Amino acid sequence: MEHTVVSASKFNAWFGDNHVVKDVSIKIEKNQVIAVMGPSGCGKTTFLRCINRMHELIPGATAKGSLKLYADEIYTMNPIYVRYKIGMVFQRPNPFPNLSIYDNVVAGYKLNGLKVAKAEMDNIVEKSLTSAALWNEVKDSLHKKGTFLSGGQQQRLCIARAIAMEPEVILFDEPTSALDPISTSSVEQLFHELKANYTLIIVTHNMQQAARVSDKTAFFYLGELVEFDETKQMFTAPKDNRTQNYITGRFS
Amino acid sequence: MDARIGIRNTKSVLFKGLIIFLAFIITIPLIIILLYIIKQGVLQVNWHFLTNVPAPVGETGGGISNALVGSLIIVTMSSIIAIPVGILAGIYLSENPHTKLAYYSGLCVDILQGVPSIVVGIVVYFWVVKPLGTFSAISGSIALAIMMLPIVIRSTEQTLKLLPDTLKEAALSLGVPYHRVILKVIIPCGFAGILSGIMLSVARIAGETAPLLFTAFGNPYLSTAITKPMQSLPLLIFNYATSPYDDWHNLAWGASFILLMFVLLLNIFTKLITRKWNIQL
Repeated sequence: MEHTVVSASKFNAWFGDNHVVKDVSIKIEKNQVIAVMGPSGCGKTTFLRCINRMHELIPGATAKGSLKLYADEIYTMNPIYVRYKIGMVFQRPNPFPNLSIYDNVVAGYKLNGLKVAKAEMDNIVEKSLTSAALWNEVKDSLHKKGTFLSGGQQQRLCIARAIAMEPEVILFDEPTSALDPISTSSVEQLFHELKANYTLIIVTHNMQQAARVSDKTAFFYLGELVEFDETKQMFTAPKDNRTQNYITGRFS
Repeated sequence: MDARIGIRNTKSVLFKGLIIFLAFIITIPLIIILLYIIKQGVLQVNWHFLTNVPAPVGETGGGISNALVGSLIIVTMSSIIAIPVGILAGIYLSENPHTKLAYYSGLCVDILQGVPSIVVGIVVYFWVVKPLGTFSAISGSIALAIMMLPIVIRSTEQTLKLLPDTLKEAALSLGVPYHRVILKVIIPCGFAGILSGIMLSVARIAGETAPLLFTAFGNPYLSTAITKPMQSLPLLIFNYATSPYDDWHNLAWGASFILLMFVLLLNIFTKLITRKWNIQL
């Protein structure tokens, strides 16, 4: 049974006077991996950051139109609640440098002051790290600082931190662009496993990555959503000329 | 060609020699001051010196306990006033660098830093001492707190500005409300820097004399009442060093030694803390 988790209709976003997301309408279904690709400055990251209300944190940033999580308008919900429900992993791994690996995983609980019993907390840590394929590597050093890990491990720690909150959707903003190829493939591997429980939306510059990991791909160009289709369809027989040009490398 | 290279090499060596020499020269004033004050002051310091009030003219002995206690109280009160305000203002400046308010308050902080300490003293005299009708430790603390503020504000601001934005985003994306992001992530990550700013500002005001002249005023007896005049180390040094009595001069040297040691230790301690608690980003 498939149903829509995130949907946008005629959604627009601005930085000051700069119209960066134009009339985007999209329906994202549960337990799928969605790749969002497009050239630099096409609004893909901005759109992603609207989904968990991070866009508005930049001075001068505004948004208009309908953007829904299930049936609720994201822009009328409390942003804090939105961010509980929609996790995010950033371009560069950003574990909290003052916290241990353990505390990083449950940072969403600890920083929010949510009281969770110790045993429950241990359980969340183990489960999240296992889901992020990091448990075996760090189970003996949970109380070391998160920043001692390698870049790829740090990124998986950030994924574990997002998973720990049990969100509906996890947003990835070019999650592997700061990682080496081996770490990249371990993170990509994860996407396949995570989609059983979560809906993943991944912004990527890397077309091969989009082709490898996603079920559906959205192509953004100059702020518009040009095409949104099954990944296979998109890469073999794109309907729009601009998509065709992009995936054949005629512009970037 | 070879000759030219030779000349250029010589110039390089001379230049390098010059900067090393100058770097060495600047340590000399400090070393001379240190040695001189240690020589004059160290023999004055003993248990009796630390635990007794100054002896009246004509009697030998006596100590500086009233100034030690006074300095401790005044500096503590100044810190209680200045640190919270300073940290919060510093957070505002680092979080909202492009607002008008940040521009003007940043300007005020810079100007405040340049205001001569004696002027701060006079202002507090008219604002606090006159209305209250008496010199008091609390007015001295207010004057010193004003001296402390710019240092705490700027060091907090500079420290927090160095933290990457991604850190804040990480916390916000977990649904952490803004005030908790500041209290639980930003301040802990910048703690070493903020603390070292605080310690340096304490070291700075511990030796301030001018703002205390017409506020805390000084007191030859041991007093812990904050609404009454109170002695402090720099005031004691000022009053006793300008007196005509040798015994009092010795007292002033001893107090100078103690004050210098306090400032020196505070500085060393700050360096150690910054090194130990600095968070690797």
